[in-house]
Amino acid sequence: MTQPAQDFILETQNLTKAFKGFTAVDDVNLKIQRGHIHALIGPNGAGKTTVFNLLTKFLQPTSGKILFNGDDITALEPAAIARKGVIRSFQISAVFPHLSVLENVRIALQRKEGNSFHFWRSEKILNRLNEQAVALLESVGLEGFANTTTVDLSYGRKRALEIATTLAVEPELMLLDEPTQGMGHEDVGLVSDLIKKVSKDRTILMVEHNLHVVSKLADQITVLQRGAILTEGDYATVSADPRVREAYMGTAADEVEQEKNEEVAS
Amino acid sequence: MNNMKINLFLLALALIAPTVLYPVFLAKVLCFALFACAFNLLLGFAGLLSFGHAAFLGTGGYVTGYLMVNSGLTPELAIIVGTLAGALLGAVFGKLAVKREGIYFAMVTLALAQLVFFFYLQAPFTNGEDGLQGVPRGALFGLIDLSDNLVMYYFVLTIFIAGYWLINRTVHSPFGQVLKAIRENEDRATSLGYDVNQYKWLAFVISAALAALAGSTKTLVFELASLTDVHWHMSGEVILMTLVGGVGTIFGPVLGAGFIVTMQNYLSGGELGNYIHIIMGAVFVVCVLSFRSGIVGQLMKFKRNNF
Ligand SMILES: Nc1ncnc2c1ncn2[C@@H]1O[C@H](COP(=O)(O)OP(=O)(O)OP(=O)(O)O)[C@@H](O)[C@H]1O
Ligand SMILES: [Mg+2]
Repeated sequence: MTQPAQDFILETQNLTKAFKGFTAVDDVNLKIQRGHIHALIGPNGAGKTTVFNLLTKFLQPTSGKILFNGDDITALEPAAIARKGVIRSFQISAVFPHLSVLENVRIALQRKEGNSFHFWRSEKILNRLNEQAVALLESVGLEGFANTTTVDLSYGRKRALEIATTLAVEPELMLLDEPTQGMGHEDVGLVSDLIKKVSKDRTILMVEHNLHVVSKLADQITVLQRGAILTEGDYATVSADPRVREAYMGTAADEVEQEKNEEVAS
Repeated sequence: MNNMKINLFLLALALIAPTVLYPVFLAKVLCFALFACAFNLLLGFAGLLSFGHAAFLGTGGYVTGYLMVNSGLTPELAIIVGTLAGALLGAVFGKLAVKREGIYFAMVTLALAQLVFFFYLQAPFTNGEDGLQGVPRGALFGLIDLSDNLVMYYFVLTIFIAGYWLINRTVHSPFGQVLKAIRENEDRATSLGYDVNQYKWLAFVISAALAALAGSTKTLVFELASLTDVHWHMSGEVILMTLVGGVGTIFGPVLGAGFIVTMQNYLSGGELGNYIHIIMGAVFVVCVLSFRSGIVGQLMKFKRNNF
């Protein structure tokens, strides 16, 4: 029996991106199953961020197709893709630095209100969204920072705010580009717990270098190398693949194994 | 509430100012202040540097001037039509410009404004180099004669307050919130589903309309519409006013306009008149180098440090 196509929330067919003769994404056929946390891993420069840019149309594919819930969305504008329910984060933190933490979330809630072009009305009408915004901040543990100017947040909290903002638009599919990059041990733990929590009723595609996080979170892993898919599968399968060990994981994977053993031992 | 008090104080000041200063001079300051505020809506709150705003100021001026000379329209209607003409031109220019980023945006606006300049230079109804002279001020609603300078001043003050209020409201509106988000992080705004170019476009149209409103009003004040208002110098001057006063603050451009207009008036009368551009250039350099946040930014810093 073949799986019905709708089981995959997102699918790419022969997705390719060439920059001036250099192929950054090479004939990628990605299938993301609904409800999964799907990790996209691979060495630096493998093309992971470029895949994200293609999926959200921040870059135009050279060839290939993108299907979301079975619909071809290859021709849509970035904002239109977002309105379909595919929301991305960025490798470098994506907040509105000089707005308050509350306002960051409210901006995301505001779009569905349909008043975003109303320049003659007072912004006070947005206050009716505050309760909802605070609830979202609570869900990521930022309720105590609602009135803080966002630049003043720590790095880890900025990433948590990004997640709250993304959740505010109720995405069907969240694309997270290295959500734990550059974080200390504690923040990594917080953010990965958070991702686990918010994955309950949605699908997540994430780029992640921290294999410990990947091993804990991912249902499915795609390994990208020089723009092409090297292999796919769950963590056990992928980490056992000698090509993956050679190309990418090597010592990093061993370290995770070691850590796990230590955890068991203690 | 503190803001409310300051605004009331400024209003009182504006109401009694003509007892001390020449009303036409004050009206001129207000026209440029409105022009600079309109420009700042784009630069300060949408992060878009237009180098062609003279096109809108001049269009408002010419359209209103032409109507006052050639049609029986009352001044408030001529001003409304002038403003709408500016909005329409802004809608077209905005469509072409907002797709571009940074310096390319500035270049597109400059190029389009130059087209407009040559159009007014050649068009038969503008009288070329001489401009439209002797534009009658007419009677407001057909009732209140504006030929008296004091009456004219209070009319200009009313227009200024309306325009200033609209800018303030725009900045503090749901639309203004999105605009700020776009200025802060355009890609993020896009990824939340906002078509950023549409928001930039609307900001452009509002800004162009208010710049045209300033130009229309100015034509009535001076009874003149001339090429000076569409020249690229004017596009540069409004940048200067905004930067000197404080970009991104609502009141900054008003102070900047007051400062520059006063300086021009003072210098052009004296023997320093020939050096006016050099002196303005020097002011610009000093401003950019020593207090980037402009007069208002500097005052706010002083207040923070001392109170
Ligand atoms: N706009 C662009 N123009 C030209 N080359 C690009 C562009 N964007 C990315 N590349 C190149 O494509 C390749 C893939 O880059 P990409 O950013 O997708 O890698 P990545 O897998 O996200 O790497 P990292 O782990 O470092 O984030 C790199 O060699 C990069 O230099
Ligand atoms: Mg990357």
